[in-house]
Amino acid sequence: MRNVSVIGVGQTTFGEHWSLSLRDLVTEAGVKAIENANVEGKDVQALFGGCMASGRFIGQEHIGALMADQMGMNPVAAYRTEAACASGGVALRLGYMAVASGMYDMVAVGGMEKMTDISTEDAAVALAGAGDQESELFNGATFPAIYALMARRHMHDFGTTEEQMALCAVKNHGHAVHNPFAQFRKAITVEQVMDSGYIASPLKLLDCSPLTDGAAAMVLCASDKAKDYTDKPVDIIASAQASDTLALHERRTLTGLHATEVAAKEAYTQAKITPKDIDLLECHDCFSIAQLMALEDLGFCKKGTGGRFVEEGNTDLGGVIPTNLSGGLKAVGHPVGASGVREAIDVVRQLQGTAPNQVQLKNPAIGLSHNVGGSGATVVVHAFKKGF
Amino acid sequence: MKEALPLMWRNIPERYNLLGSRCDTCGKNYFPQRKVCPNCRRKGKLVEAKMPETGKIVSYSEVFVAPTWFDHETPYFLAIVELDNHATLLTQVVDSKREKIKEGARVELLFRRIYEDSPEGAIAYGYKFKVVS
Repeated sequence: MRNVSVIGVGQTTFGEHWSLSLRDLVTEAGVKAIENANVEGKDVQALFGGCMASGRFIGQEHIGALMADQMGMNPVAAYRTEAACASGGVALRLGYMAVASGMYDMVAVGGMEKMTDISTEDAAVALAGAGDQESELFNGATFPAIYALMARRHMHDFGTTEEQMALCAVKNHGHAVHNPFAQFRKAITVEQVMDSGYIASPLKLLDCSPLTDGAAAMVLCASDKAKDYTDKPVDIIASAQASDTLALHERRTLTGLHATEVAAKEAYTQAKITPKDIDLLECHDCFSIAQLMALEDLGFCKKGTGGRFVEEGNTDLGGVIPTNLSGGLKAVGHPVGASGVREAIDVVRQLQGTAPNQVQLKNPAIGLSHNVGGSGATVVVHAFKKGF
Repeated sequence: MKEALPLMWRNIPERYNLLGSRCDTCGKNYFPQRKVCPNCRRKGKLVEAKMPETGKIVSYSEVFVAPTWFDHETPYFLAIVELDNHATLLTQVVDSKREKIKEGARVELLFRRIYEDSPEGAIAYGYKFKVVS
């Protein structure tokens, strides 16, 4: 196994891009990443692109070939990955494995989704494909409802409050104000979240990430060559993934994601780190409760204490583990196939010192990205370290 | 997506009769049915088993925004129920007073219409539960 580094990143702005198609988005992100890496398209030997449901959203499949075609990179080998909202994280991990194994020296990985060409109702049904169609959607369970079932039990077992969950959304919006790529660059208050109306109790509209169009991409290469292209390579020091039951009701617990615990443990072993060594986290806050559970399952606080942990400011800029300084899925937006790569990019930016000034940490060394598919049936965790 | 007719038809025995699987090796019960016991894998022996018709609510949510074909039923309650044999399932909870729907509440099986495919199309039936007061 060889060490692997990130040498370039690129993304579109996230939002409702009514004038742009999926091919426009992925091409923009891919070209930006290749430019940022100071390489030529011909140096990139394979493409890995995460996309959850283009067939449902825009009627287009065969996304691997579409990426290679639209970026003018034929006949390069191109792959689409699908693991619901973890499609992007899985693409990153497969690209990492391809370079680590020695199969390729340089690859591009990315993620994309075009979600606003269809109605909100149809999009919600497409997203429900991330759960178990036959036992969840059949009975009327949408995705917010699935996470609501986790939130309700977390409240019951640990006394977590709706205000504590709301605070996650509030903090993320506060960070996104500074992020030029974010969908919602607007601060919100706990009162606004509490008044935003139930989607599936106890989750309200502003506990939920939005429908978003966007794409994100990175260029990876063997670490021993990284300095040939950039002064600021970022090393991937861990890449781990775990699976769990597709349906929530069959899990060992409703109050956490076992796959997150497993993937995190493996990632910490690979990188020889503990949560204390990590300077920042980009976690998968598709719903506010997901952020609280991620903090617990990744080992930053004890199970059940996520609400208090956030309330005490531990996830703020200057806190123990600054979390979602980008704005997270809640405020940056959640183009489902792209988010896993976008999370990784925002960790890389912090380590390179290129995050927006207002949220840039002072010289962070190690960051973690956490990407969840469905209600926790796939989890991908990556750890990154400053390589310069 | 609404289920295609063949899928709806295949699931009739399981959904109408609450038929799950029991592993004769480890004793664990599953609903819906499985072909392989995740505990025992090839050492397991899964047999079709009628699930008990009572259990308790583990968690619940009141759904206000639903797939279009459930729209006319909003708001409705969903719950995760642990049956008396410890198998779990996700179900709607109906015919119950709002204040009685909570963690630990005892529930029993009902046979109900889930949705209509189209005004003159197939009707999907299945299981729902109600709180036993």
